[in-house]
Amino acid sequence: MVALVRTTDRGLFCEAGGFYIDPWKAVSRAVITHGHTDHARWGHKRYLSSPTGAVVLNARFGRQVEGLIDALPYGERQRFGDVVVSLHPAGHVLGSAQVRVEHASSGETWVVSGDYKTQDDGVSEPFEPVRCHTFITESTFGLPVYAWRPQAEVMAKMNAWWRANADAGRTSMVACYALGKAQRIMAGLDPTIGPILMHGALARCTAAYREAGVKLPGVAVATQESVRAASGRAMVLAPPSAVRSPWAFNLVKRNAVKDLATAMASGWMQIRGARRRRSLDTGFALSDHADWHGIMSSIEATGAESIGVTHGAIGPVVRFLNEKGKHAFAVPTRWEGEAGAEEGGGTGEADGDDHQEEQGLLLGEGGDA
Amino acid sequence: MKRFAQLFEELDASSGTADKVAALVRYFSSAPAEDAAWALALLTGRRVKRAVNYTQLYAWAAETSGYPEWLIGESHGAVGDFSEVLSLILPPPTAPADLSLREVIQGRIVSMARHEETHKKAMVLKTWDQLDQRGKFIFHKLISATFRVGVSRLLAVRALSQVAGVAQEEMDHRLMGEWSPTAEFYRSLMRPPDEGGDGRGVNWNPYPFFLAHQLEDTAFIGENLGPVAQWQAEWKWDGIRGQLIKRAGRVALWSRGEELLTERFPDLLETADRLPDGTVLDGELLAWENGRPLPFADLQHRINKRQPTGLLFADVPVIFRAYDQLEERGEDLRARPLRERRAILEGVVRRFGGPLLQVSEVLEVASWEALAELRSGSRDRNVEGIMLKHLDSAYGVGRTKTTLIDSPQRAGWWKWKVDPYLVDCVLTVAQRGSGRRASLFTDYTFAVWTGPQGGEGELVPIAKAYSGLTDQEILKVDAFVREHTTGRLQGGGGRLVEPRLVFEIAFEGIAASPRHKSGVATRFPRMKRWRTDKKSEEADTLGFVKGLLAQHVRSSGVKG
Repeated sequence: MVALVRTTDRGLFCEAGGFYIDPWKAVSRAVITHGHTDHARWGHKRYLSSPTGAVVLNARFGRQVEGLIDALPYGERQRFGDVVVSLHPAGHVLGSAQVRVEHASSGETWVVSGDYKTQDDGVSEPFEPVRCHTFITESTFGLPVYAWRPQAEVMAKMNAWWRANADAGRTSMVACYALGKAQRIMAGLDPTIGPILMHGALARCTAAYREAGVKLPGVAVATQESVRAASGRAMVLAPPSAVRSPWAFNLVKRNAVKDLATAMASGWMQIRGARRRRSLDTGFALSDHADWHGIMSSIEATGAESIGVTHGAIGPVVRFLNEKGKHAFAVPTRWEGEAGAEEGGGTGEADGDDHQEEQGLLLGEGGDA
Repeated sequence: MKRFAQLFEELDASSGTADKVAALVRYFSSAPAEDAAWALALLTGRRVKRAVNYTQLYAWAAETSGYPEWLIGESHGAVGDFSEVLSLILPPPTAPADLSLREVIQGRIVSMARHEETHKKAMVLKTWDQLDQRGKFIFHKLISATFRVGVSRLLAVRALSQVAGVAQEEMDHRLMGEWSPTAEFYRSLMRPPDEGGDGRGVNWNPYPFFLAHQLEDTAFIGENLGPVAQWQAEWKWDGIRGQLIKRAGRVALWSRGEELLTERFPDLLETADRLPDGTVLDGELLAWENGRPLPFADLQHRINKRQPTGLLFADVPVIFRAYDQLEERGEDLRARPLRERRAILEGVVRRFGGPLLQVSEVLEVASWEALAELRSGSRDRNVEGIMLKHLDSAYGVGRTKTTLIDSPQRAGWWKWKVDPYLVDCVLTVAQRGSGRRASLFTDYTFAVWTGPQGGEGELVPIAKAYSGLTDQEILKVDAFVREHTTGRLQGGGGRLVEPRLVFEIAFEGIAASPRHKSGVATRFPRMKRWRTDKKSEEADTLGFVKGLLAQHVRSSGVKG
């Protein structure tokens, strides 16, 4: 078996096709699985992404990627060198894609999952397993303690929490990533409870979702006036770094502790220790990554003989699969062991994803790059 | 269980006392009496006797969930809490039931304890199949006797007094002494206010303790504290701070952690009983022998026995060394200057004290230099250093906010601890932290060289430490550990690390220990500084460390 994709110092490389997947250094051809800044950077010569992924990239990087993106609709095939590439929904965020690479002559097929989740969140294109010989899966939450509750149940809890706060005259604030999580929450909140507002850093990504045709309730940018006018009934969505910042405290009246209830929505909130060290009032375990069962069922569904494991709990997942009689191997990434090393072509706005979050928790306010 | 799990979650998530009391009030106003009684027992620190051990639970959970034990172990590394890991990996119940707290404790845990293992296993599996994740979490905490929650007795009292509609002092009084967690007891707690007297009952609460600031460097004294004659100097005892209260013909002894220790020291209470009503003394509980305190461990041994046996009495006599008087014949003295309070204290203890109740002596010195000389001998006396208290200072609340350099006496009390031992050590093993730091490598093992010089021989561990670094430094060390792992320890998530990082480790004491490979045990080790300027071969040797031990033993022996 010839490796169709391998790790290099620039990122995952497909030599037969002459392209990189989510490279972290500038390359001539980058296939981008999704718009989080640890996967998508500016500075490459050409980009390939799904059409909705392109909308997100344009919203995030603007002129830096203008005219450089080739959009490839889900399921359509395009030839690169000796391979045929197609993109398939990953269910992670709007426009997120798994990358299928098929060798033109041998028919050998690999799929790189990128980040994915198996639950349909209602705002991104739902995950579809793709048959292949080798499946490279992420493993951010690759331990059996991570088992998500259905989204409707988590959102019902969040709405109940919001309603209780509103009835007590306390403004609610939920920390969530700017791309994906924020819009997923907007779509699941109950607008009859009060107005939904957001931190300015969420505006561009939210606009991209609307542009791509996703139906979201009306959400204005939070200001002191709009928050106070709601007299404690507002729900404010904000990036994690902003939730315990002067910006947040200035929004509410009198006493920031009494007048503001804070929470975070992230897969890490499944764990009590992670909730506690955030010093927030509560946490909602809502993740855009597959949980343990999601990873295992996806692996089954691909029918792959060989499984590459990357990004997260690599060791345990590889060992577990090997003990189950599968052929599994580790695919190292730059993120292993480089805590919070996020830099690169980010737009500077508070963004990020669960990968960085794990390290960011300890830092409290400044956790996001 | 749902109601109690909800209470636990609310207490766990809130940091403010008002929120905690509100959560307690919600619970106690709605819970049935038989559950509330158990909840109160747990909140005030009672334990249910452990019915099964971790190994058993691990094996049964592996079997029930179908996951290999090593995978549960890996999960433990990420979560940091045994009870939580098991609650998360076990399948959801197929026969869900909202068991009552009383049923879980009495009907399951207590009743299975006397049966053999097969019965225990059946009970545990049955309970797993009924409880949801949060219920399982609490069940595991209870069955392994690791249930702890951050609520002081005073907060519980405050909540109960609100629910019952009686004064806090009266509720406090009702909760004193021995009681069993029964519905009858709980109902009697909740009875309407008692008749008679002024209706207020007796206040058994201690005053808030006044705390000292730490003197970081000696130069500060000369520059800021003024003449030594304005200060009262005493030994800084290494015991348990406490308030001894005599009111309405009864004695109460409180620790600084607001724990009522009254029943643990019956011999001391006999003496204290002679004190006049309306007396409150602040002082230190010490295990005492031949004119000097015994090591803290001896005292702790005694504290952990609820009902000390005669043997232990004789072994570890406990005395109360009083250093302040807060109340005299019912009058609050705290606003009066220390010199007046001290005079009153000395009078009271001279009249009513005895071998077990003495004043903490004042160190009479003519100069700061003479005091520094005394301080340097602290270790030989088993004390931690010296306390400095301004003679004009009032008895404040907590640690005063003001540490104004221009008015150090406003800070009132200072602790001038003896300098710690300092040894440069090499980090050799890193383990994940727990709770807040569960996903980071924050707990380290430190080693020194066995050869005649640094870099020679092998590295042998002398201390484990997890405090002293900033969050930023922890992240750097964590990243280093992940990149420089050379192996894993068996069981648990320990990583062997390339011996490259050097830290200055401070510790308070050192003792010979045959149990440790190095032959020494260190007390209160912590990271003082990350010596980024040093290479591992510049770290200290075991010979150097044993030299400290020899000094310590020799000086203790001479003056004992």
